[in-house]
Amino acid sequence: MSGGNGLPTAGEVQTVVAARQLAHARSVFIGVGRPSTAAILARMVHNPQLVLVYESGTVGAKPRHIPLSIGDGELAETADFVVSVPEMFNYWIGAGRVQIAFLGAAQVDRFANLNSTVIGDYAHPRTRLPGAGGAPEIASSCQEVVVIVPHTRRTFVPELDFRTTVGHGDGPGFRERLGFPGRGPSAVITDLGVLEPDPDTRELVLSAVHPGVEVDQVRAQTGWELRVADPLPTTEPPTDAELAALRELVSR
Amino acid sequence: MAELLPLSDALSELVADGDSVALEGFTHLIPFAAGHELLRQGRRELELIRMTPDVLYDQMIGMGAARRLVFSYGGNPGVGSLHRFRDAIEHGWPHPIEIEEHSHAGMANAYAAGAARLPCGLLRGYLGTDLMERTRVAPITCPFTGQQLVAVPALRPDVAIIHAQEADRAGNVQLWGIPGVQKEAVLAASRSLVTVERVVDELEPRPGGVIIPGWVIDAVAEAPGGSRPSYSHGITERDNDFYRRWDAISRDREAFVAWMEEHVLAGVHAG
Repeated sequence: MSGGNGLPTAGEVQTVVAARQLAHARSVFIGVGRPSTAAILARMVHNPQLVLVYESGTVGAKPRHIPLSIGDGELAETADFVVSVPEMFNYWIGAGRVQIAFLGAAQVDRFANLNSTVIGDYAHPRTRLPGAGGAPEIASSCQEVVVIVPHTRRTFVPELDFRTTVGHGDGPGFRERLGFPGRGPSAVITDLGVLEPDPDTRELVLSAVHPGVEVDQVRAQTGWELRVADPLPTTEPPTDAELAALRELVSR
Repeated sequence: MAELLPLSDALSELVADGDSVALEGFTHLIPFAAGHELLRQGRRELELIRMTPDVLYDQMIGMGAARRLVFSYGGNPGVGSLHRFRDAIEHGWPHPIEIEEHSHAGMANAYAAGAARLPCGLLRGYLGTDLMERTRVAPITCPFTGQQLVAVPALRPDVAIIHAQEADRAGNVQLWGIPGVQKEAVLAASRSLVTVERVVDELEPRPGGVIIPGWVIDAVAEAPGGSRPSYSHGITERDNDFYRRWDAISRDREAFVAWMEEHVLAGVHAG
């Protein structure tokens, strides 16, 4: 937690770093929660022309408040246009017209494949999660995917309980063999740092840590032997302007 | 031609125990009043179809009305879990339910195929995921290009139920705001009911308005506020506080049943 002029929290750093990914993007597909907050922040401080696409069919939404659901009235009222669900998934997502997609998940593996279906066995799950929603086709067809998740051993697992959404599959060539139009995950942004796929093996490599985070801390929260970039940069801390804008947005 | 009926009469005419029923509305225009009336009429063994089960199907599953659920995202948007949906799948309470789950793209295409009276929809989806093994889809090769695609069987519900802002006296319906998959659901179903905020003399064209003609609808019922706690764009607002409160109400079985008895079962029906 943090007060008015306090240091940024890990969650705030994660949101600010995610927003920077959109500084030069034309369009972004987002769900609710941190991805939505990051995209609204990006429109405020980096990229006022950024087109926000929500799966409710609202394209070019300009929310002033952080929406609770992807179908809040403000998204439809401020959108450039609103389309049906079949049109959204066929003409806009499926056809690869959306540049970047922000996705969350309950589990991520070393190839940035995602689970949002069950924890435990499918037929007798320990925890039944909401399920796929739009994620599988968003991840196969949007030009680029950025995964936004908390960095814990519960999330960063050696093996998914269920593969809901393909990141880089089993490694090089997997997406190409299935004919996916999009390039797949380009980054995983957590509250500890940023991971990016190795261009050859497609395995996630820790490519930056947030200010004040130690590599051992990240390794301890990752369920596989994590590869680390050398040298390992530290992400730029949130600027006063970024932090002030984020806090003002959250308080609206 | 759509008949204008009181809600309770329309539902007792159109929905029987064991039917497959799609109450659609993508976050917006969810037909809560109709779903609650189905519970008051004691419908059982339903196959409930809905892209996003939302609080409405959480209530219907928790009250034991569902035999089977077809869905693509079972969460409380922005809040977290649907606890009754989870309890049914994780612990079989109040009784076990069968599930068939899809992605949004799969289900949207299944509705569109149903509306077109085609046997299946085609999409580039599911490939490489564990969903392939767990749901009703099949790989298919394009006869023209050899491209690998996936076929999803058409959805053909016995009954589709949606909520809209307005109907005229001939039962022509207009909805606006987020259109979801409601037109597809009505056209895919064998029978259909549209509940509306108000019946008007003449439909006034709205930007982005979707018209569904009365001659493809069986019944229209006036149900003002009938999408609450979801909303009817331009008329009511989404009750986000209620969606947050639902988390606590639905977490505990007894608290849930008590809440449903007080607020739904004892409610005077909207007819």
